[in-house]
Amino acid sequence: MSAAQAVSLVSAKPRTSTLRRREISWGFFFLLPWLIGFFGFQLIPIAMTIFLSFTDYKGTSEFAPGNFNFVGLDNYARVFSDIDAIPSMIVTLKFALIGIPLGLIIPLYFAVLVNSRRLIGGNLFRTLFFLPTVIPIVAGTIIYRGTLNANSGWINLLLRWLGVADPPRWFSDPFWAIPALNLLGIWGVGNAMLILLASLQGVPTELYEAATVDGANAVTKFFKITIPMISPVIFYNVTLGIISAFQYFVPAMLIGGLHGDPQKSLLFFPLHFYRQGFSFSDMGYASVLALILFVASMIATAVMFFFAQRNVYYAGGD
Amino acid sequence: MSITLAVIKGAAPMATFDPTQTNKISFRPSRFLRRIASTVSVTALGLLTMLLFLLPLGYMLSTAFKQDSQLSAQNAPLWPAKPAMFKYEGKEYPLYDVPTEEGVKRLVLIQGYREDSDVYDPARPEKGVFNVVGRWRTWEPIYEFSLTSDNFIKAWNEVNFTLLFRNTFAIAILSTIGTLISCIMVAYGFARFRLPGKNILFLILMGTIMLPSQATIIPMYIFFTKLGWTGSWLPLLVPAFFANAYDVFLLRQYFMTIPRDLDEAAMMDGASPMRTLVSVIIPQAVPAITAVTLFHFFYAWNQYFEPLVYLIGKEDLYPISVGIGRFVQTYTIYPGRAAATAALTLVLPALMFFFAQRQFMQGVVITGVEK
Repeated sequence: MSAAQAVSLVSAKPRTSTLRRREISWGFFFLLPWLIGFFGFQLIPIAMTIFLSFTDYKGTSEFAPGNFNFVGLDNYARVFSDIDAIPSMIVTLKFALIGIPLGLIIPLYFAVLVNSRRLIGGNLFRTLFFLPTVIPIVAGTIIYRGTLNANSGWINLLLRWLGVADPPRWFSDPFWAIPALNLLGIWGVGNAMLILLASLQGVPTELYEAATVDGANAVTKFFKITIPMISPVIFYNVTLGIISAFQYFVPAMLIGGLHGDPQKSLLFFPLHFYRQGFSFSDMGYASVLALILFVASMIATAVMFFFAQRNVYYAGGD
Repeated sequence: MSITLAVIKGAAPMATFDPTQTNKISFRPSRFLRRIASTVSVTALGLLTMLLFLLPLGYMLSTAFKQDSQLSAQNAPLWPAKPAMFKYEGKEYPLYDVPTEEGVKRLVLIQGYREDSDVYDPARPEKGVFNVVGRWRTWEPIYEFSLTSDNFIKAWNEVNFTLLFRNTFAIAILSTIGTLISCIMVAYGFARFRLPGKNILFLILMGTIMLPSQATIIPMYIFFTKLGWTGSWLPLLVPAFFANAYDVFLLRQYFMTIPRDLDEAAMMDGASPMRTLVSVIIPQAVPAITAVTLFHFFYAWNQYFEPLVYLIGKEDLYPISVGIGRFVQTYTIYPGRAAATAALTLVLPALMFFFAQRQFMQGVVITGVEK
């Protein structure tokens, strides 16, 4: 025993470093798929997008020297003369401004409801609230197109039954088309609901008991205990919500086509990008639009992190 | 030390002391009633919310099972139905609720004119066919519950579902294999190895979540075109073999909960890290691996943008989402067929979700809460 110890003590230094080197090379071996993917499918493509944004490359010709020219900042200047660029940003922002609060309040409401001890059959409710999340977005869009039909759709039948004489014409009305998509978005709250639900269940019950002793009512408890305790998860959901709202366009394209009908009211910024890059094959200009989206996502994330540092409560003191 | 223990032991029953327990014993009726009332009202609120939330599904099922003519018909019910018919002398005639001097009567409309109609009263066959004054168009038609499978048959004939399902499954299975191999490897690397710069690398990995796919798709498209891969599944499959942030995060979180003793013991026995991963870590991480498999399957089932870009024009390679995309546009002409198509598309993911909901929902929670 002691002899063996002595041997290992003597050879300790070189052996650890061999082990250590072995660990490092194995470790990087396991990270290799991601490292290759990160460089090959993310870092280099972004650099390429930046490069393309200074060229007039058209997707119709092969990407080779001679098939494109450097145009300096022309593509960037074009954003301001493009009659659709700024309006499409506004469409995306409108959608985000309605969708982000909705994407927090609705799943939080569902989570609080499912978490309530007073709800009979909570697990069934949880399953059914989650169910539409697994419905393919194209199928969901078809279904909402019908449900929000101005005449025969059930939403408007319900509204008329409730006494609304002239319910919105949803996808036929430029004003209501975005809120209609926000309604469709409610079908995707399942993930957020589950995450919020798990964090609601993680709030220590002693806090509520102490507040009850102090005479706090349910509303005070919700805003003074529940919300601060689950704020990291709220922050996470809102950040993801902003990023996905910025990239949102598939249902809009399915309903409004490439023109964003009615009257360009559904011409989302990423749809404008898709049109420029893949319908008009104007890949140089489309690269500028892609970079705008990228920078906007980065800024939004940075702002959220800055905001979170001051307003999010981490129970672990982290 | 022992004192603290005693205190904690003494406090334990206090901590579980529940004021509601005493109510049960003392039977204070007002408290008890209030609890029943709040249970009833919360459950009612839940049911109302659920009804509104799933209303579009009801609309879809009802529209899929009814004739399109019923959607535009006046006074038609919401559920799938057809006009009730009555057989008179070998021919079928529609039934109506007709307001008469003797109150509302259910009559058979034999022949309608502008201001009067020939009718037959099944309750009084001895009267035979007689004439009543009144516009038959204002009468209430009688509907009876009736499901039609026409929409499903037409949708099935019009859309090559077998091909679309086969394509979707092939893409989903192949890319899931790639995702599992690559993400398990990367997650293991992040969970178990001390590496220089590992924390920064992990931050970068998580940062890629906010990277919009638009920022990379043009160069990727150019790259895949150069390789001659556009118009094939390769651009959809190959990137799956290079890991993604969500699934790596989920697996890494799970791997970190597996006690190190097990893989250290395997290492002591001379197992290589690869061997340890396969025979120790993977068998322990079945729930997380199931979750990733499910996520990826649903992702592939849902994928629209990438297949649209890379497969455009190659209809025989389309997955289901792209294949049925045009039904959103044709909805206005054939609502029933569109609804049936949507129903056929969602039934499989919905069934899969019901059977695997536990693993699925656990996976969502792991990726979301542990940040």
